[in-house]
Amino acid sequence: MRYLPHTDEEIRAMLDVIGRKSLEELFCSVPDHCRYEGTMDLPEPLNEWSLTDHFSELAEAMKVTHKNKVLIGAGSYHHNIPVTLGTLMARSEFLTAYTPYQPEMAQGTLQGIYEYQTLTARLLGMDVANASMYDGASALAEALLMGLRIGKKKTKVAVSAAIHPHYREVVRTYLQPTDHEVIELPVGKDGRTDVSGLAGIEGVAAVAVQSPNFFGVIEDLTTLGRVIHEAGALFITSFTEPLAYGLCKNPGECGADIVCGEGQSFGLARSFGGAALGMFACRDQFTRNMPGRLVGETTDIEGKRGFVLTLSTREQHIRREKATSNICSNQGICTLTAAMYMASLGGSGLRELARANYDRAEYFKSQLIRKGARIVFDSPTFNEFVVEFGTDFEPIYKKLLARKIVAGLELGRFYPELAGKYLFCVTETVAREVIDAVVAEVKP
Amino acid sequence: MKELSELNFREGLRYTDDHEWVSESGATLKIGVSDYAQDQMGDIVYVELPEVGATFEKGEEFGTLESVKAVSELYMPIGGEIVAVNEDLADAPELINEDSYTHWIIEIKPADMDELEDLHSVASYRDLLKG
Amino acid sequence: MTKTPGISGLIFEEPLLWEKGQKGRHGMSIPASDVPPAEFPAELQGAGPEFPDLSEIDVVRHYTRLSQWNYGVDSGMYPLGSCTMKYNPKINEKLAATPELAAAHPMLVDDEVQGNLQIMYELQQYLAAITGLPGVSLQPAAGAHGELTGMLVFAAYHRSRNSRRTKILIPDTAHGTNPASAALCGYKPVPIKSGANGILKVQSIAEAMDEECAGIMITNPNTLGLFETNIREIADIVHAKGGLVYGDGANMNAIMGVINAARCGIDVMHLNLHKTFSTPHGGGGPGAGPICVTAELEKFLPVPSAIKDGDIYRLNFNRPESVGRVHAFHGNFSVLIRAYCYIRTMGAENLKKASQLAVLNAAYIKEQLKGTLQLAYNRPCMHECVFSDALQAEDKITTLDIAKRLIDYGYHPPTIYFPLVVHGALMIEPTETECKDDIDQFIATMKLVVQEAKEHPELLRQAPVKAKLRRLDETQAARKPCLCG
Repeated sequence: MRYLPHTDEEIRAMLDVIGRKSLEELFCSVPDHCRYEGTMDLPEPLNEWSLTDHFSELAEAMKVTHKNKVLIGAGSYHHNIPVTLGTLMARSEFLTAYTPYQPEMAQGTLQGIYEYQTLTARLLGMDVANASMYDGASALAEALLMGLRIGKKKTKVAVSAAIHPHYREVVRTYLQPTDHEVIELPVGKDGRTDVSGLAGIEGVAAVAVQSPNFFGVIEDLTTLGRVIHEAGALFITSFTEPLAYGLCKNPGECGADIVCGEGQSFGLARSFGGAALGMFACRDQFTRNMPGRLVGETTDIEGKRGFVLTLSTREQHIRREKATSNICSNQGICTLTAAMYMASLGGSGLRELARANYDRAEYFKSQLIRKGARIVFDSPTFNEFVVEFGTDFEPIYKKLLARKIVAGLELGRFYPELAGKYLFCVTETVAREVIDAVVAEVKP
Repeated sequence: MKELSELNFREGLRYTDDHEWVSESGATLKIGVSDYAQDQMGDIVYVELPEVGATFEKGEEFGTLESVKAVSELYMPIGGEIVAVNEDLADAPELINEDSYTHWIIEIKPADMDELEDLHSVASYRDLLKG
Repeated sequence: MTKTPGISGLIFEEPLLWEKGQKGRHGMSIPASDVPPAEFPAELQGAGPEFPDLSEIDVVRHYTRLSQWNYGVDSGMYPLGSCTMKYNPKINEKLAATPELAAAHPMLVDDEVQGNLQIMYELQQYLAAITGLPGVSLQPAAGAHGELTGMLVFAAYHRSRNSRRTKILIPDTAHGTNPASAALCGYKPVPIKSGANGILKVQSIAEAMDEECAGIMITNPNTLGLFETNIREIADIVHAKGGLVYGDGANMNAIMGVINAARCGIDVMHLNLHKTFSTPHGGGGPGAGPICVTAELEKFLPVPSAIKDGDIYRLNFNRPESVGRVHAFHGNFSVLIRAYCYIRTMGAENLKKASQLAVLNAAYIKEQLKGTLQLAYNRPCMHECVFSDALQAEDKITTLDIAKRLIDYGYHPPTIYFPLVVHGALMIEPTETECKDDIDQFIATMKLVVQEAKEHPELLRQAPVKAKLRRLDETQAARKPCLCG
């Protein structure tokens, strides 16, 4: 076996030193009743080439592949990824390193994360970003728990119903074992969160809103923030498409206290939803309540600039059950990849690309309207929007699928009241011909 | 770390088992940590202070000291209300390392001044550290 | 003269990203627009972030230089205890990037993504076979996430029996994540002292376990690298009081095919795919922390999971008593693929052999270094061994000094100052992928460092001198945090 370097002679020599007769004898401290009986029921080993063949079969079993145009966003977006990202991230000095506990031999990872934190904070208009969380959903759950820590005696949080349904499920899972109440805020006819009910509720520690929301609608964060702050709650904003901030006001500018979301859009493959990237940022005064790792700047004994993991006393390995979270990792590779993506796009590129996405979706909307379809929410959207067709769309969906186009996401399973309506997403990867092909099938 | 003979003690203060000290100044008390406590912690990087006006029972946690790799809770030697906190520590936690007796942490209005009698004198605190 | 791989290589200086670049440069092409421009509402428009504009080669050089300041398993031996820094096979990387699989949107219907569902289903089966626990959820994105999911399962189980429990037993050797995960579920950790020989005493559990305890969290082998011989008796006590047993699988690399978790009495266990199953650590992640549970607890696992229905793979959402989702989608799927590749490459026999060799390597190091360094517990070790700096105290040399000197000699230091129950701990986990020659070289280097500690202690206190930077000021970093440039 090519991963196991020991020869029989070496094994014997090592056993001699230890004073054991066989490999089995190394496990003499294990009682019989704990042992594995028989052999583990696993398939026979495959060599590199048979395994590759097996993967070709798995690939063939995929009906929808990279050759399809998938017009779904909903928390996972297809953007062009420069080949440099894969090449650089494959460098095994990054890939095969551990958490940078020995900073002298991990400055690459550390400076990389520090740059990621900085670019993320700038993108979101926040003072501090952490080294990342598992994904956008768990980041939101952790943000709400952080809100409850800051809110001390307050026991409630509120979340907009226009937040990604899966994110809300994760929030419920995280908050369920403790006695916290999760209030859901309704969505108005314009597709924006209605916070008018908030005024009558006591003890709300934090309110979370997503923008652009699950329907692609850009929320009026400034106004929401004002109402939420007036109600005495922290203002948390979530996102699934950070590219929007190339064009939209960032959440910090709109008064957000904590901002969190999914960074997959920035250079990561959709990869069936993971590995994902939970981006997480907040204002200065809340730093010590933050979950997750932080990298900070310092100097070495000769005064040279360097980076270290810092403010670790918030974390589980020191504060144990009193830690701000149980998290003890970050999404390392994804973090660096997202930083490379932001660096490759630059400020100018990010704006240009955000524009390209917006323009494309607006073109799509205008063409659909021309064919008599209705855009369900009339508020501004970014690169996603909800459509209602005059006729049953299901047969058209199937017809387009045969032409390698996945035409949107039916919303009935997430919002029964929106059954039969479709959420569409177009990014820079969708050419005008594809949009036109979909529009051509729409019956007035 | 310092040997017992190298540690500083200040006469006239009362000490707790948890290495806080208490000094009397009229109707209020100032509270800090002993030289032993700061020495055990090493470089203090952060002091978490309570809010003025808050009240705590005797033995209740009122704040924490943090070094790079440890957190140490601070406990009330005597129950009472916080009337002041040493704001200097927010920006310069290292003051406690420099002189842990000059740089107090909180000032309280005690609920029951008699509880002071339960605390250690320098001599008995020194005996405690001797173990 | 001991030969070591340490050398100061070609190290370039490289500024921060925003200290380079010029406005107007492009590092990535953006396709020309083929649609008309649309008007964006002015009241919603922002200025866009202040990112530096860089060209492609600016970015390439930047990250290439940064990577050269790093040390990975591919650079050399990484005997970091409790982290299982084994070789990360290259074929796994390539196959995880298979375009058909990697491009899949997570909300496509089952029929459209059969290949990915097959991987999930089969991996669930494999992990069940390895642990002996039949119910598997692949959603947890890391070990700590698995612990949290496991604790949620504990809570759901007790709730289903109308039993309100507020505490949980956690041995003092546990990783800090255990109490932190339990606390997230509202459980108050009750610390249990390990016995004088480094393992748990049945008596301590019998005394602490009561009907307010949800159960116990046990790492086995424990963080001292010792097998908890009494695990079954402990499990029986916990079960008798209505509690559950959580097995922290962080140290699974010692026991694959040797120990059956179910037979030990474990009800819920997480596996760290980034440790035991060879997926890269990536400088901190992403990992994957699937949990395996008994048949009785399967109904509480997160939704969805993959099932096989005839020849078709499907996602099963039908689990009314589920704890719910813990991840937006299916966990770190790309990490799951790598672990799947590893298991398919190894097969049952090689996985067992891997565990045996991991233990062989650790036991060999323990034997060769005891006396050079103070051994914490002289018992048969599993895949890691724990020493301390007690013998170096007279030279006023600490574990930290030894660790930093190893850097000069081209090694990543072992885990230091953990577990907390050993003062000045040095925890060495070589893993099975290090060959005897390399281990002998590491042992010789360690002896050299210890000899230097006696003869030239300053060399250790000054170390490292060959790395890009000397020792860093962590106090300054924490006192005046500078977290954003």
